[in-house]
Amino acid sequence: MNKTILDYFEKTVNSYPQNIAVGDNDCEITYNQLQKKAQAIGTAIAKNDSLRSPIAILMKRGRNIPAAMLGALYSGNFYVVLDCESPIGRISKIMDILSPAAVIYESEFNEIVNNFKGAFIKIDFENSTKTQIDNKLLKNIRSQLLSTDPAYSIFTSGSTGSPKGVLITHLNVISYIDWFINCFKIDEKTVFGSQTPLYFSMSVTDLFASFFKGSAYQMIPKEYFTFPVKLVEFMNERKVNTIYWVPSALGMAVKFDLFKYCKPKYLEKVMFAGEVMPVKYLNYWKRYFPYLLYANLFGPTETTDICAYYIVDREFLDSQTLPIGVPCSNSRLFVFDEKGCEVSNGVEGELYVSGPFVASGYYRNKVKTNEVFVQNPLHNKFPEIVYKTGDLVRKNKKGELEYLGRKDFQIKHMGYRIESGEIESAFSAVNGVELAVCIYNSEDDKLILAYEGNEKLINTLKVTAEKLLPQYMRPHKYEAFDEFPKNANGKIDRKLLKKIILEK
Amino acid sequence: MERIYEILSTIKPGVDYENAENLVDGKILTSLNIARLVAMLNDEFDIEITPIHLIPENFNSVKSIYKLVTMLDGE
Repeated sequence: MNKTILDYFEKTVNSYPQNIAVGDNDCEITYNQLQKKAQAIGTAIAKNDSLRSPIAILMKRGRNIPAAMLGALYSGNFYVVLDCESPIGRISKIMDILSPAAVIYESEFNEIVNNFKGAFIKIDFENSTKTQIDNKLLKNIRSQLLSTDPAYSIFTSGSTGSPKGVLITHLNVISYIDWFINCFKIDEKTVFGSQTPLYFSMSVTDLFASFFKGSAYQMIPKEYFTFPVKLVEFMNERKVNTIYWVPSALGMAVKFDLFKYCKPKYLEKVMFAGEVMPVKYLNYWKRYFPYLLYANLFGPTETTDICAYYIVDREFLDSQTLPIGVPCSNSRLFVFDEKGCEVSNGVEGELYVSGPFVASGYYRNKVKTNEVFVQNPLHNKFPEIVYKTGDLVRKNKKGELEYLGRKDFQIKHMGYRIESGEIESAFSAVNGVELAVCIYNSEDDKLILAYEGNEKLINTLKVTAEKLLPQYMRPHKYEAFDEFPKNANGKIDRKLLKKIILEK
Repeated sequence: MERIYEILSTIKPGVDYENAENLVDGKILTSLNIARLVAMLNDEFDIEITPIHLIPENFNSVKSIYKLVTMLDGE
């Protein structure tokens, strides 16, 4: 049986040793080369005798990180990719939670690594790739690994501001990737143009789908999303045919009316997740590329990446929202009310998920784990863990799930319960508004609409509000932005945006 | 040219714009800064900076920004 991610990876290496595995701006490496590097790093780590322990990775975005990740797996440990651009305070917090057995780093981060507290082995990436591969040692480690052992941890911000490390097992990844590659027919001819950073759950999808099937994982440099012509050149040069991006990245093309000037030539599939996809963006893409597959994917890091999906099969108006669709194969979804009873179609409730995509919990955080990974409230006949997503959803008449917003962003205003998403979609259809975010100021009970666009639009927005929204949902104030602050993943940073607005 | 200095200083103060030649490549300006800069240049000089002009080389120094603006203004 294929127990671990490495079994799938090695099958790929055997079938397609000369296929491009990973590429970045500078160069590309084959599956064969990738494996050699990973085994060398794996040997270097394994010499220190740790098993199932965290290995932190502090490296720049580029082709070397996947080798370090696989190296950690070869050593029988699990990895955590740190965001080298995040403030040192946050990195230290994560390091405190982890107390890793080793840190793999590139020499430019030497000073930061030297300042980390605690006992851990320092592994210089370049040096470790020169380690003589010890096949006997690696084989021995492999024989001890279980599919239920952790493969990696991804840290999410957590509403309290203290990061939580979602722990994902080999089995989680295998189950999840099995759905993804079958659903979207990923094979050795697929070339991913990857946008998402490797410390973000979306990156798991295109990275491991590649490693399981022999596809190419082309890492797009972050700055190309500021200079879009470069982006298209990169995509055409590497023959990218599949992308899985956050909506803001897809929206960049819309903002610049990019396809009027240049177009990606090889695209076949466009998937998106991570935040609500404005239909206006989708319609722009469809205008230039009507025959591509478009899919809206949905899920939290705690379900490996995704638990529901919708393949776009009909037209939507700019003012409508896309459904998040149906459960992925091997994933079970429930919509519960506050008392833990299933609600009927059309009624809003919280989304719960069960099945093999669901993570084991948060690393060294039993309290938080027990809060959200709970026994299925429908029965007590045998242990069945369900994950409480904190997302509010409802089923539409077609039986598709619709995303309504976060439970913790739900606004209670003038006695009404309001989902900010409903207000936002009304405005994001307005010509000249790129994105809209509704902020609620609980201090004075006022709704504020922040939008990306010209400040002269405010009157148009007021008219729109009167036309489309009931009185209690109309914003009291409008704030124009050239561009919203985005977090490292490219998503709108709602917390920072709220702070900026409330401090004005 | 003066106006470009002013705009840059409102977007990101505290940079030695007179001597800087790697505003983009040196990661001095973030993508957010550049988006704001483009919007302000478009407004101020009544030009349209299209994706074709949106390349790092045009934004690395005040001189190159000025060159871009004059070129587009003449069109």
